[in-house]
Amino acid sequence: MKGLWALLCCLLAATALAGEAQVNASDPQLEARLMGLATDLRCVVCQNETLAESHAPLAQDLRNEVRGLLRQGKSDAEVIAYLTDRYGDYVLYRPPFKPLTYLLWLGPLGFLLLAVWAWYRMVRRQRRTMPDNGP
Amino acid sequence: MRRWLPFLGFVLLLSVFYLGLWHNPREVPSPLIGKPAVAFDLPLLGQPGQRFSPSQAAPGPWLLNIWASWCGECRREHGYLLELAAQGIALYGLNWKDDGRKAAEHLARAGNPYRQVAEDATGRAGIDWGVTGVPETFLIDAQGIIRAKHSGPLNPKVWERKFQPLLSGAGS
Repeated sequence: MKGLWALLCCLLAATALAGEAQVNASDPQLEARLMGLATDLRCVVCQNETLAESHAPLAQDLRNEVRGLLRQGKSDAEVIAYLTDRYGDYVLYRPPFKPLTYLLWLGPLGFLLLAVWAWYRMVRRQRRTMPDNGP
Repeated sequence: MRRWLPFLGFVLLLSVFYLGLWHNPREVPSPLIGKPAVAFDLPLLGQPGQRFSPSQAAPGPWLLNIWASWCGECRREHGYLLELAAQGIALYGLNWKDDGRKAAEHLARAGNPYRQVAEDATGRAGIDWGVTGVPETFLIDAQGIIRAKHSGPLNPKVWERKFQPLLSGAGS
């Protein structure tokens, strides 16, 4: 029985490897560059997936588009500019750090600091109102 | 008073989430707003040998409606598009990643609101316009500048809120 479970788990794990969309094998170095770029780009249809992993037809089209651009000798920056010109910053999987996204990037840290400050204030107040706290 | 602070914070957060429920995740701000209509040169649907490009659109503001015969949401807006066309609004269609025959059949059956329909079978022109799905509609003003984009079916509410205000200032 244990052996069967082990086999099942292995098969399940193997399907995770099939998550990356089909790779074109004609130019491995180009494909590596493509996948490197695509993992930092968002699939604009399935918006929680990267361009690399999405199976949406538009994602396939965009990967082909990027492949074509790379074949033309465009740099990574030029490819990104090409896509952001058409789809906006949203196509970047990692939001750029600019005034519009300061709240997004700094917000969590800000909230943490706020919480720490509030906690500190609360502890200090407790110490003052409970003079017999401690030995 | 201080006691209520956490609760107020909770209510605030809840309100933000609630308002967020009404947001349309497909509505991604387009970087093309304010830029000239992106050029393309595509065959006309059902008229072999004839082609269409944005520069050929009738003078004055016009709409570019991205649609496909396989798209369910497009059917929802089709009736309204026919209404707009009847009012004299210049509607041009971009048939996106579709089968030309099926597209022509659909228009023959459901009515044709478009002055002309360009066939973008590969979706290449769609990429240049930042199309992420269908239906989408762009408003281009009399100077050929893209002024608005709507992702999703057009309806009177969207028209009044998004497109109408721009039309009164776009030299209609």
